[in-house]
Amino acid sequence: MRIKSNIAISDSGFLLNPATGESFSLNPMGVAILKMVKDGKSLEEMTQEISQDFDVSLSILERDIEDFKGTLTQYGILENSKND
Amino acid sequence: MSKKKYERPSIKRIENEMPNKFGLRSEYKPMTHIDGVAVKDIIKEHGSPVFVISEKTIRQVYKDAMRAFAIRYPKVQFAWSYKTNYLSAICNVFHQEGSWAEVVSGFEYDKALNNGIPGNKIIFNGPDKTRDDLKKAIDNKSLIHIDHLDEYYTILELADETGLRPQVAIRVNMDTGVYPMWDRFGFNYENGQAWDALNKIMISKKMDLVGLHCHIGTYMMTAEPYGIAAAKLADLAVGLQQKYNHHVKYIDLGGGFAGKNTLKGAYLPGSDTNPSFDDYAEKITSALINSNISPDHLPWLFLETGRALIDEAGFLLGTVIANKRSSIGKRNTILDIGVNILFTSFWYQHKITPAQEFTHHTENTMLYGPLCMNIDVIRENVELPLLNPGDHVVVHHVGAYNMTQWMQFITLRPKVVMIDLEGKIHVIRKGESMNSISDYEGMPKHLTDFKL
Repeated sequence: MRIKSNIAISDSGFLLNPATGESFSLNPMGVAILKMVKDGKSLEEMTQEISQDFDVSLSILERDIEDFKGTLTQYGILENSKND
Repeated sequence: MSKKKYERPSIKRIENEMPNKFGLRSEYKPMTHIDGVAVKDIIKEHGSPVFVISEKTIRQVYKDAMRAFAIRYPKVQFAWSYKTNYLSAICNVFHQEGSWAEVVSGFEYDKALNNGIPGNKIIFNGPDKTRDDLKKAIDNKSLIHIDHLDEYYTILELADETGLRPQVAIRVNMDTGVYPMWDRFGFNYENGQAWDALNKIMISKKMDLVGLHCHIGTYMMTAEPYGIAAAKLADLAVGLQQKYNHHVKYIDLGGGFAGKNTLKGAYLPGSDTNPSFDDYAEKITSALINSNISPDHLPWLFLETGRALIDEAGFLLGTVIANKRSSIGKRNTILDIGVNILFTSFWYQHKITPAQEFTHHTENTMLYGPLCMNIDVIRENVELPLLNPGDHVVVHHVGAYNMTQWMQFITLRPKVVMIDLEGKIHVIRKGESMNSISDYEGMPKHLTDFKL
């Protein structure tokens, strides 16, 4: 999965999709995960990295990231890449 | 080094086309303590879900209601509506404050007696009073509010049998300008039924007509109809004065005052829009004082309000079981609180708040209960912070009807605890166990064994 190329994200959590004109607000964890998705990190890499800094189990993280990705897809922010 | 607090990732579309007509963000302001006791400690000790009653709030609200009426009218008496919540500890808080008892069945009548209420301070309403119930009420000099003529004739027979004079009032239904008009209780004012019943009672000379009663509706979101009802009952009282030189001892306006909950479909919160005790009191007492009732025989004003007195004192604590998403991507959260114990969620948008601190990020959430039933929905739309399984929530204003109308369905009914004025917790109803159910069942012998 990868973020559509025209999507703009600010550090404060503001996301704009110029193709649709829609804007979104993300919490800090949402911004962090979106950046990791952008960097092409795998689910396993993401969970490992976040769990080092935050008080959360790997299983909860995995569920939350999958759920978050589902929402991003629903909002048209992610697109399926050929490798997925 | 300790790790940072985790919050699950969230994204929310910024809606800038239409203002939100519901407009409020207060739903997710956390409520971590009730009367100084931590919600998490109550759940740890008494389980989840659990009903919590604040004794302090009951007494405060009662005093507020009494003040509103007593500053406007010299003779005011509240009677606690047992059907609203008949847990004995709750009834007794009201009785300690001075409330009599208002009951609507033989079961509730006996409960009031068991709580120590003198028979002559029990108001007996309701359409279903058996002959035995009526006999007991006559023996105890209770105030019997006659609902229909069949009841009147039974009382007449019992008066002959016992040689006692039953203490009676009639229930009057009337047009107070609200829709739907409640005409199922008692005798109609406009078509003459009420006068017919009054004439029968007065001419029989076998019972004492002590009062006039009405119960015009429920969750009345305007106070004006109470003024109309009080004026019509006062008119009957004046008529009795003129025709029979008879003075009723009391006029009973029944119940039906709205609480602070928000009805489904309402734009603004009930706490902002529903009438206050002062609003109701102003209409009722003005109508009585401005009527032609002789000031020398001013009747007592009886009030049977239930919901508005107890709703605010009740909280239901629960826990998040799971999060999921609907087919359209909407956040669904499953709680351990179902409609079986939160019956009022069928008509209220209950205020629900988290019991722990969160960031300002929220999601539009649909709250489901734990039942395997599609209708088990606690809130269709509520802005809540990012709840995780195991997090606690507080449902507000649940004191009325939930602990009497609840159902033992799929799950067992939970504990009810009361926080006293010193912050001490008392269990006022135990949580149900398997025995609570199976002890009432019977098993035919031929069904005891089977092979699978």
